[in-house]
Amino acid sequence: MRTYSLTHLKELEAEAIYILREVAAQFENPALLFSGGKDSIVVAHLAKKAFFPAKIPFPLVHIDTGHNFPETIEFRDKYVKEIGAELLVGSVQQSIDEGKAIEEKGYNASRNMLQTVTLLDTIEKYKFDACMGGARRDEEKARAKERFFSHRDEFGQWDPKNQRPELWNIFNGKKNMGEHFRVFPISNWTEMDIWQYILAESIDLPVLYFAHEREVFKRDGVYMAVNEHMKLKPEESIEKIVIRFRTIGDMTCTGATLSEANTLNDIIEEVSASRITERGTRSDDKRSEAAMEDRKKEGYF
Amino acid sequence: MKKGYLDMELLRFTTAGSVDDGKSTLIGRLLYDSKSIFEDQYQAIEETSRRRGDENINLALLTDGLRSEREQGITIDVAYRYFATPKRKFIIADTPGHIQYTRNMVTGASTANVALVLIDARRGVLEQTHRHTFIASLLGIPHIVFCVNKMDLVDYSEERFLEIQDEVEAFSAKLDVHDIRFLPISALKGDNIVTKSANMDWYQGGTLLHLLETIHIGSDYNHIDCRFPVQYVVRPHSDKFHDYRGYAGRIAGGVWKQGDEVVVLPSGFSSKIKSIVTHDGDVEEAFAPMSVSITLENEIDISRGDMLVRPNNQPHVGQDIDIMLCWFNERNLVPNGKYAIKHTTNDARCLIKNIQYKVDINTLHRLEDDKVIGMNDIARVTLRTTKPLFYDRYQRNRITGSVILIDEATNETVGAGMII
Repeated sequence: MRTYSLTHLKELEAEAIYILREVAAQFENPALLFSGGKDSIVVAHLAKKAFFPAKIPFPLVHIDTGHNFPETIEFRDKYVKEIGAELLVGSVQQSIDEGKAIEEKGYNASRNMLQTVTLLDTIEKYKFDACMGGARRDEEKARAKERFFSHRDEFGQWDPKNQRPELWNIFNGKKNMGEHFRVFPISNWTEMDIWQYILAESIDLPVLYFAHEREVFKRDGVYMAVNEHMKLKPEESIEKIVIRFRTIGDMTCTGATLSEANTLNDIIEEVSASRITERGTRSDDKRSEAAMEDRKKEGYF
Repeated sequence: MKKGYLDMELLRFTTAGSVDDGKSTLIGRLLYDSKSIFEDQYQAIEETSRRRGDENINLALLTDGLRSEREQGITIDVAYRYFATPKRKFIIADTPGHIQYTRNMVTGASTANVALVLIDARRGVLEQTHRHTFIASLLGIPHIVFCVNKMDLVDYSEERFLEIQDEVEAFSAKLDVHDIRFLPISALKGDNIVTKSANMDWYQGGTLLHLLETIHIGSDYNHIDCRFPVQYVVRPHSDKFHDYRGYAGRIAGGVWKQGDEVVVLPSGFSSKIKSIVTHDGDVEEAFAPMSVSITLENEIDISRGDMLVRPNNQPHVGQDIDIMLCWFNERNLVPNGKYAIKHTTNDARCLIKNIQYKVDINTLHRLEDDKVIGMNDIARVTLRTTKPLFYDRYQRNRITGSVILIDEATNETVGAGMII
């Protein structure tokens, strides 16, 4: 007798497609938050599949800190054109210019926290009622508690202690005026699943993920790319070495990994052997033990 | 690339048992021994354990993600953990075992293939064992594995193990469970978790990990009764796909093939499947839990909430529905109250027509005189819905047999129901 079963990647794909369609059906004005990182690229790819042969029925929204790697922006523009999607950009620089956000000072100044202001403003401006993102539960301990459909109050805040129970595949997207949802279609994917899926589906990625030679400096034990937004301390020096990025965020808070992996197979080998989580190179998570929980409560991704 | 990775299956399991039963230790050991704990995670919990003055590294900190949970040292919400072996990928819904968190256990159990119920070998079967087993059977978890833990503290006694096994078998005979397994383990010492114990020669079965890797889950979905709740209608409005009209959804049951005759509910119109569409190309057959789009030979008016079924195998259609209801909210269930109800892709409203009885979840007795349904209570209730639903018994199909109730004033999910 034939057995009917799916591989775990196919099952995860089916689950994510179901969530994406559920969002399109339950909300009037959803959007897909797109950072140009591998996770949001995978979500966009899944969205393409979910609505085939129609186009993705919602815009891609990028919250641009102005501190992105140029390679990310280049990829973003090319990708959006390719899939024929609409791109909306919320600018952190503009929030700063308008006095809504205040730039951090000092050597470790980052615009990471400021993104929340711009994100909430963008949501309000376009009246989005659901924002999908590529966050995964395996990334971080506060995210392990996140629902697929995560309710946000009219201030964009998350109340982790009062989350709606989520059972089976029934998702409750009901809300009052002014409130919105964050939705995470790839909640159940691990970093390994993402890479395997990228390989299986031949998904194009920004070159930053692959080993390349780059000028870097070491701060708090982490290699950072030399960039115009970060000032070197007197004791820091520039080296030119072969690295790659395991995650892509702002240049000011994304550390590089020493690596020669320049094919997807190499990367998968490396990820499966790695003993450190991918966010281990993210300085934004290291500010306190509950850094992510605190940022999420305020309305962070 | 590692061979086999693309052939892996996904297994979702839930764990029941209180902290004292060694649940966190068990999960910690599975994660640790399968090399799923990373150095920076380990360092972080090592550091926190030290700061809190814990004697040992507290593996519970891995799953207790919220600040208030770490402060209080308890799990208050479902946490999802992930690990993989070369054979399978696992999703653990780690749920708190205390009675006041029944709602979280129900949530974690709703999608699980397997439930691990922990029993402390010294204390044996307790009220909470009854409760955990009852919830697992109520939520239709196909496989229940009783892990008799702390065997090291009862001198690895076979007699004690069999005693507990007998007791569990006696009370679970009253429940609707099909596959029950027993494992003597010590999570702390690692006996029969990942490697076979050298201390229990009398035990001939495999280890817990072996069981999780090999237990047959292919038939956990219903592949008999064809059910396709329409989720979304895809209309490209493009030149190339001018007349395309695809009914997108996730298959809830049965095996669907091109050319199959279908009936659309509630309209009753019939047609034939023209194609089963995916982005990767049309497929010849589709089954749960695949997400596909179905196109039909005839143009029929179909929208979200409708259901495609086969003419000779149709679900129940009705407005008076009996359910086992788990109540989640601090505000009690209102007798004769009205709630929003969600069932597959359908939305309706419902009236609580009758509360038949409340279940004492420790003794499984029916309390016919106690009809006050509060948080974490389980009751048998009759609903009247504003429009007909197309449903199956929950024990027959977990997807078409489940509903959630929503408070229309607060929009909170206040209850979950299994259709009887």
